[in-house]
Amino acid sequence: MKIGIPRGLLYDHYQFLWKSFFENLGAEVVISQKTNKKIVDDGVAVTVDEACLPVKVYHGHVMDLRDKVDFIFVPKIMSIHEKEYICPKFCGLPEMIKTSISNLPTIIDPTIDFIKNKKHLLEIVYEIGGYVTYDKRKIRLSFEEALKSHQNYKNKMKQGFFPMDLDKKHEEKHEAKHKEDTQKILLLGHPYNIYDEYLSMNIVEKLRKYGMTVITQDHFSKDQINPQMNELQKKMFWTFGRKMLGAALYAMEQEDIQGIIYLSSFGCGIDSVIADIVERRTRRNSKKPYILLTMDEHTGEAGIDTRIEAFVDMIKWRVENENYVSTHGQYISAR
Amino acid sequence: MKITFPHMGNTYLPVKAMFDDLGVDVITPPINSKKTLEIGTKYAPEQICLPMKINLGNYIQSIEKGADTIVVTGSCGPCRYGYFMEVEREILKDLGYEVEIISLEAPDGDIKEFYNRVSQMLETKNIFKIVKTFKNAFGILKKIDEIEEKVLKYRPYEKNKGEIDKIYNHLIDQLRKSTGSKEMLQYIKEAEKNFMNVALEKRQDVLKVGIIGEIYTIIEDFSNIDIGKKLNNLGVEVHKSHSTSGWVLEHLFYESIGRSREKDIRKAAAPYVKTMVGGHGRETVGNAILYAKEGYDGLIHIMPFTCMPEIVAMSILPKIQNDYHIPILTLIIDEMTGEAGYITRLEAYIDLLRNRRDKFQNEKMLSWS
Repeated sequence: MKIGIPRGLLYDHYQFLWKSFFENLGAEVVISQKTNKKIVDDGVAVTVDEACLPVKVYHGHVMDLRDKVDFIFVPKIMSIHEKEYICPKFCGLPEMIKTSISNLPTIIDPTIDFIKNKKHLLEIVYEIGGYVTYDKRKIRLSFEEALKSHQNYKNKMKQGFFPMDLDKKHEEKHEAKHKEDTQKILLLGHPYNIYDEYLSMNIVEKLRKYGMTVITQDHFSKDQINPQMNELQKKMFWTFGRKMLGAALYAMEQEDIQGIIYLSSFGCGIDSVIADIVERRTRRNSKKPYILLTMDEHTGEAGIDTRIEAFVDMIKWRVENENYVSTHGQYISAR
Repeated sequence: MKITFPHMGNTYLPVKAMFDDLGVDVITPPINSKKTLEIGTKYAPEQICLPMKINLGNYIQSIEKGADTIVVTGSCGPCRYGYFMEVEREILKDLGYEVEIISLEAPDGDIKEFYNRVSQMLETKNIFKIVKTFKNAFGILKKIDEIEEKVLKYRPYEKNKGEIDKIYNHLIDQLRKSTGSKEMLQYIKEAEKNFMNVALEKRQDVLKVGIIGEIYTIIEDFSNIDIGKKLNNLGVEVHKSHSTSGWVLEHLFYESIGRSREKDIRKAAAPYVKTMVGGHGRETVGNAILYAKEGYDGLIHIMPFTCMPEIVAMSILPKIQNDYHIPILTLIIDEMTGEAGYITRLEAYIDLLRNRRDKFQNEKMLSWS
């Protein structure tokens, strides 16, 4: 029995949980190829024009798996935290897939909705596992085992690793970790935008090549993010919105973070709100440079490169000119 | 305290009546215009949806007229409408306006906090007074919605063109000038009587079109470039799937009561959308099916650019189009929408519906059943 998992949207976040859960159950897991031009083109062809790039690409991943597997796992992830949603498009994802793509194998589309509480988590796990085996005990044990590897993965992320670092060899991994003397840049964005090497045009590697240490909202702990969010008058009801905004607000006060880059996909409703608040707060409360990069299926790599290069140059100049006091009376340095 | 609020169709009339009844100073924002949208587009985030751009324009225009408190309704996602006020707070702060924003919602189901906010807005703690004025205002809102619905329904049937428009425009004009709910109700009664005397004629060639989609763009005629009137002029009877009174009912009571229509919509949408998708995405799909079953000739799906819930609905609608044999036209609106292109598309669509109906009528005549 072959179960396909599309390598899109929250795959980067939950890859170990999903993969090891199905493998522990005894199913063969097929993961779609890494995002490439064909997948993007396929996805763009079947979806409505207005959908955002990650959703289009997800469709492409499902089409990649369509003829290779017996089941495709497309969870309807509405909410993963109490009183927080992900995004309306996630709520309708299986429905969008089913209406846009024809000749699909069976879709495993459990509704994951923890908006009130997480009480029915096990029920959902049994529902998903039920596609593979009737043995409830086995399902529960597999899930617990999978949770461990998920936790392991999450801890690694907190240490500063990126999902793409995990495939690399040991020495390279070591290099990818923090270096004390490099400059830190906060890269914000939905995990499916910043961790997808094709969509983000490998922005993490590019920044590293310039000698920058890149951190994202996933490298901050709850204690760093949540206190900032409690100050807001209106409770943030998007999980990733909370993480991104909280990380940005925290980073504004940190001296060792030199700049903030926000990578957004065109037409993303959450980014339109969060990016604007982050920009306004950054400009008001700190002197850190901020840039918003918007991408869609037409974005050219050269344009992004130029902007990243200019951004990095600006940060480097600021550091070099740290002790320079202009006659005008204002410091140029970001610190 | 001088209160202002955003526009949404004719809602400003009952809202004004409510504040007038309680003697609260209220500044009605200038009627939506190109200027409003221009201001909103200038300061709002680039990719936010049209409703917020117009809202922001309303606020800034009112603030320039002297308002210092903004009252809006809130919501808790996943549609970004719930976070409008937070973005607006930041924008207005950066622009140097000092205003207070009161959001009418119960955060985390805290009814007491909701009551506090209402009493702060209305400058009274007397709950009976508050309930009474709410009730009066809601009565007016419902009446106005009923009249609007009738106007859209009967305009294509009138014998003397422009008669209904004349009464309707006169009514709105009078309501604008009046203060308090009592005066308004009188004018409404008068207008209702006048509507009864409008001469109608029987016409077989009038088509029926339902309007589905995002609530703000459906109700606010400025944002949809007055789609109802345009369709009426093409000889089409129109029904809008959303109304402000329906929205108020839904938001205040539907959790506890559950209106029958609401249930029907959800039931109809169930095979296509299992759960809610935020905003009115599921309602769009459900309404499309109900309209199709009620024998409408066509549906127009209308939404602001980048609206998240409606994108979900939009990708499901082609299936409904096939399953229920009803043509659906999707119109996406933003600040760049041009009126001419819009009219061309509407005309082409109505022509298609007309041809389609003629074809089916001929088929019926020839068939034995």
